[in-house]
Amino acid sequence: MSKDEIEVILLSLKVAFWSVLVSAPFALAAAYVLARKSFFGKTLFDAVIHLPLVLPPVVIGFALLILLGRKGPIGSFLDQYLGIVFAFKWTGAALASAIMGFPLMVRAMRLSIATIDPRLEFAARTLGASPMRVWATITLPLALPGIVTGALLSLARSLGEFGATITFVSNIPGETQTLPLAIYTFTQVPGGEAQAVKLCIVAVVLSLTALAASEWLNRKADHRAHS
Amino acid sequence: MLTVDIEQRLGTFRLAATFSSAAPLLSLFGRSGSGKTSIINAIAGASRPDRGRIAFDDAEFFDAEKKIWLPPEQRRVGYVFQDGLLFPHLSVIANLHYASHATARQPTPLAKLPIVSADVIELLGLGGLLHRRPAALSGGEKQRVAIGRALLAQPRLLLLDEPLASLDGERKAEILTYIERLRDHFAIPIVFVSHSLDEVVRLADEMVLVDKGRVLAAGSVADIMSHPEWMPANGRFDAGTVIETHVESHDAKYGLTTLTFAGGELVVPHVDNAAGERVRVRILARDVSLATTEPQGTSIHNVLQGTIIAIHGEGGAVADVRIAIGESTLIARVTRQSIDRLQLVQGQPVFAMVKAISLDRRGAAGA
Repeated sequence: MSKDEIEVILLSLKVAFWSVLVSAPFALAAAYVLARKSFFGKTLFDAVIHLPLVLPPVVIGFALLILLGRKGPIGSFLDQYLGIVFAFKWTGAALASAIMGFPLMVRAMRLSIATIDPRLEFAARTLGASPMRVWATITLPLALPGIVTGALLSLARSLGEFGATITFVSNIPGETQTLPLAIYTFTQVPGGEAQAVKLCIVAVVLSLTALAASEWLNRKADHRAHS
Repeated sequence: MLTVDIEQRLGTFRLAATFSSAAPLLSLFGRSGSGKTSIINAIAGASRPDRGRIAFDDAEFFDAEKKIWLPPEQRRVGYVFQDGLLFPHLSVIANLHYASHATARQPTPLAKLPIVSADVIELLGLGGLLHRRPAALSGGEKQRVAIGRALLAQPRLLLLDEPLASLDGERKAEILTYIERLRDHFAIPIVFVSHSLDEVVRLADEMVLVDKGRVLAAGSVADIMSHPEWMPANGRFDAGTVIETHVESHDAKYGLTTLTFAGGELVVPHVDNAAGERVRVRILARDVSLATTEPQGTSIHNVLQGTIIAIHGEGGAVADVRIAIGESTLIARVTRQSIDRLQLVQGQPVFAMVKAISLDRRGAAGA
């Protein structure tokens, strides 16, 4: 494998890793609220979270470009006051991936939180545990299989993200050219098929690994709960 | 002293409960859906009543007027759920010690000796289970661990929500024995929710009768049981009364025991308790018949002399006759025809013949 190809794979992993790590706490909070609370506008909130799952990715990418581009209302603010730039940077690719993977992550986490009997949490409180401690010692460990599954699904989704990324941060080798974008580029170059196939195999292996890991962790958690 | 005076709307259900008790073991008794569990949920802090007050000794858990609401983790009220509700991701020992984080920071209440885990493990027979997961335990074992877990939180009050409901007969008897042990061993007041009269008679000192979200009556078990008309009209409840007696003597030849109480003597099949010990007996109304003259030539051992204090019976074929015998009360269920034939009226002296007596094994542990 060439140096360029390895660079593409490492960049993809970096983008995916950060997108999952940064979005996971938000996904967990959203999942908890959706699983446990009822409030006005919950249906709308749920729909907004699910939008990336049903919208064409290019729409998300374009919206990000408009809002977070250097001249965009949010982008110019972040640039001016915080010095943060997403447009045409690898961080922008991570952001696009995070948004595209968010609904998958929330769904898995929400399901596992919904299966926890709230009376278990109350039982812990009658044993003197504060709400924070109940969260850390009861809710979080019991939701862990779902949290891990959600994170791995989002990771796999991130490794495959194409439309939103290329629209928002373009296809810059070494900065925003992730695995799918590199494959696309090779297919556009005469004689690039061999390299495209090679990267395709890498993509398949990475995705399968993430899915297998999620399945394995699930089974392990299942086994632990019933043994 | 537990004081409850609350009103709460739960969907379409209205709860309005007022009672107080200092009994070592208080039972909330009523049908399913009568509001018993809602009451202990309010005591534990799972829900917040709309109005009223809940206090235990000098701790105020809830006072709507003073705007006091103590969160559950500060009430120190142990709660044993119907299905145990052990933490499935923790081993038995980790479940038992879950509260140690909290108890390490709070002093033991009321200058009592702290409850030690070795004692609890021994008393509840948990030694062999410590490293198992809750999923690998039987129903009875789960309940025992749940009781131990609640005890080790050093509670000032222990709530048991039908801990026997999900168990079969044998397991029930086993857990009953454990509850008796912990009542006698650790001086923690217990509130026991039940819809089984047998459990109440066996365990409780006082009872609160709950029906449709309201308290019908509250008081000592013997008192309440002598008023079958208070029991929710439901056929499932066999009317009867409870009498506190002492063991007088044993007759080894015939395998009989004589029990005495203020109104006379009862002869029953052999009881294990030693002479002088207290035994509670329950006599069902259908096992008592009446005579206006002292019966002769009868196989029935137990003939007690008393006075009719009331006759209850509205229209049906049978009526319940309440008879004062010493300080105790008996109820006889007879046909209304017999009442007219014998011309039974209030204040009349009668002889009550008791065909069968069910004994409460509680014995010397009585309050």
